[in-house]
Amino acid sequence: MQKSLNIDPGKCTGCLQCELACSYDNEGVFNPSKSRIKVFNFETEGRFVPYTCTQCDEAWCMHACPVDAISVDAATGAKVVSDALCVGCKVCTIACPFGTVNYNTATGKVIKCDLCGGAPECAKACPTDAITFVDANWTGLEKMRAWAARTDSGATASA
Amino acid sequence: MAWARRILRVNLTEGTCKHEPLNMEWAMKYLGQRGLATKYLAEEIDPKVDPLSPDNKMIMATGPLTGTAASTAGRYSVITKGALTGAIACSNSGGFFGNEMKNAGYDMIIFEGRSPKPVYLMVQDDDARLMDASGYWGKSVWDTEEGIKAAHGDPQIRVASVGVSAEKGVLFACVVNDMHRAAGRSGVGTVMASKNLKAVAIRGTKGVNVDDYPAFAKAVTDGKAVLAENAVTGQGLPAFGTQVLMNVINEMGALPTRNHTSVQFEGAKDISAEAMAEPRRSDGKPNLVRNAACFGCTIACGRISTIDRTHFTVAERPQYHGASGGLEYEAAWALGAATGVNDLDALTFANFICNEQGFDPISFGATVGAAMEMYETGVLTKEQTGGLELNWGNAKALTDLAELTGRGEGFGAEIGLGSKRLCAKYGKPELSMSVKGQEFPAYDSRGIQGMGLTYATSNRGACHLRSYTVSSEVLGIPEKTDPLVTEGKAGLVRAFQDATAAVDSSGLCIFTTFAWTLEDIAPQVNAACEGDWSAEKLLEAGERTWNLERQFNIDAGFSGADDTLPSRLLKDAAKVGPAEGKVNGLDQMLPEYYEIRGWTADGVPSNETLSRLQL
Repeated sequence: MQKSLNIDPGKCTGCLQCELACSYDNEGVFNPSKSRIKVFNFETEGRFVPYTCTQCDEAWCMHACPVDAISVDAATGAKVVSDALCVGCKVCTIACPFGTVNYNTATGKVIKCDLCGGAPECAKACPTDAITFVDANWTGLEKMRAWAARTDSGATASA
Repeated sequence: MAWARRILRVNLTEGTCKHEPLNMEWAMKYLGQRGLATKYLAEEIDPKVDPLSPDNKMIMATGPLTGTAASTAGRYSVITKGALTGAIACSNSGGFFGNEMKNAGYDMIIFEGRSPKPVYLMVQDDDARLMDASGYWGKSVWDTEEGIKAAHGDPQIRVASVGVSAEKGVLFACVVNDMHRAAGRSGVGTVMASKNLKAVAIRGTKGVNVDDYPAFAKAVTDGKAVLAENAVTGQGLPAFGTQVLMNVINEMGALPTRNHTSVQFEGAKDISAEAMAEPRRSDGKPNLVRNAACFGCTIACGRISTIDRTHFTVAERPQYHGASGGLEYEAAWALGAATGVNDLDALTFANFICNEQGFDPISFGATVGAAMEMYETGVLTKEQTGGLELNWGNAKALTDLAELTGRGEGFGAEIGLGSKRLCAKYGKPELSMSVKGQEFPAYDSRGIQGMGLTYATSNRGACHLRSYTVSSEVLGIPEKTDPLVTEGKAGLVRAFQDATAAVDSSGLCIFTTFAWTLEDIAPQVNAACEGDWSAEKLLEAGERTWNLERQFNIDAGFSGADDTLPSRLLKDAAKVGPAEGKVNGLDQMLPEYYEIRGWTADGVPSNETLSRLQL
């Protein structure tokens, strides 16, 4: 079963454990400035929103890459950057409508979420289940369940 | 490895910024943050120095765990000689600034001297420079933080700054980072402003490592599970914040009310966590928007609140209609019960102003309470208060005074002296509810006996965060003790003081200790750091820090005679509640405490104790 990251901003407290886990897995140090997932704090609204790559099916970044450095991981569906092929031209960062591919000046390559090969560290680290890793065909399941629970049960009075 | 092993030394007089290696020999004895910075300060300044002179130094310090994935590991402290107290000061803050400092590659930043003109320190990893802050002088914390981010075109910069209150010499001014997290007590912000240092802005991208990652990952995961499963850290604090205590402490008759003239507040329920969650009439929304976490924190006790837009404080001022840092228990108590004000929106507004202009709501509220008692008893007149009617419970007077104190104007400038100096000025020194010049927090020591000894012996003046025996005496953590007796409290206070000093030196938040003991913390420190960090070694480092702080204060001119409480707590019995008839039994605890500490009968660490601790 292919899975997707599923983000529920309502549950996010803004603790950045996801950024810590992401950066350690990718960089070998705790370094939120190199995280592939970012949590945004909308201060005056009291809202925290984690944001990362949604792994588009027809991925703009992949199609834009002139050297075919971005490919699909068949098992996870993730769009993965090959550091060996990436020339740091940044065309993918322009092509991505969501801003989730970014250039890393330290390496001269681009970085983006690769779903950690199928076991995303951000989801494992999230203490409030604001980030979960769920069936790609049913990312709406929990939301449906929550609304289903609020509907009239339809139970009829038997008295 | 968890240490950056590097210090930034900023000489404000000369305008220089220099890197130097961290003294690892000291790090192995004091761990980091509170302990290690206190060691540096004690070595580098004369304890008798005027806190506001260029000869005082101010240190911003992280712990070895700061910036790692350990839960709550984003803390930093500001260590200096306190402006309010003249004693050693160490004020601890959360938010995200500490992590940024560590990521830029610094364990500490030491500020010395005084700049000839207002400056701010801009740090981008290895690059550190002083920049002109004349455009920010006279601006609030909020405007300064936003202004610096905009000026550098980088929203990811983290800023710690002082507000106008600090510039104007309010003696309990804070250093505020991330808009509403503060190194709050003892006037550390006043010291910063006295150096003409308006702000410290940091962007760090170097990363933080640990010594043994597999062991660290396991210890951290185990620790997080303990926090999640604990009723206080897993449920109470995220849902209600520290405000979970308001009704509990009131019911046990330990909520200091109207400048400690009573121990129960009839308006407690109106300013409690429950009240913050209640939908209001005007818009159907509660005061509390949501809970929020500091860096790396899996507890998330922070409150994000809004003020009722129809409330008198903000009806004409849309700039205060957005959400911001809401009431924690200590602030709600000081702004509310200590003054008799039960208007939740007025308290939230006053709290916003404390954050915006950077001053401590505990000392502020408590000082307003003392002024109100002087007004009610005719010591202070309306002419002297600039027309303010300082009657108990006057919400408008409270919020007006918050704004005046924030700007250091009118009677607000007198409130900014703190209660000790204010009450002495009007001939009523006994009405200052303080120890070593610092106002009490929200626990009456007649109803919670151990807190009397905690306050009397606290190295930074009255404070709950030096030994929070409330954990034991009220919540039963780690085991329940009777709050109304003095037996056993000397040992309890000592144990809490030493453990707390260790936690404050690690980069972790003290709130973890509602669930964690040093046995939970030691594996995390040990995996992150070189050296063999057992619980025993942590406790020893904590005890060493406590004694070093004590020695600093003795050298600064304090003595055992300062280990006392206002006569109101020692002589006037509580009139209501479960503690009715009780005074604080400090005299029954203090001699035993000195003995357990290995101090002389005068409260001086003995030579034997000093040599045992390698001091």
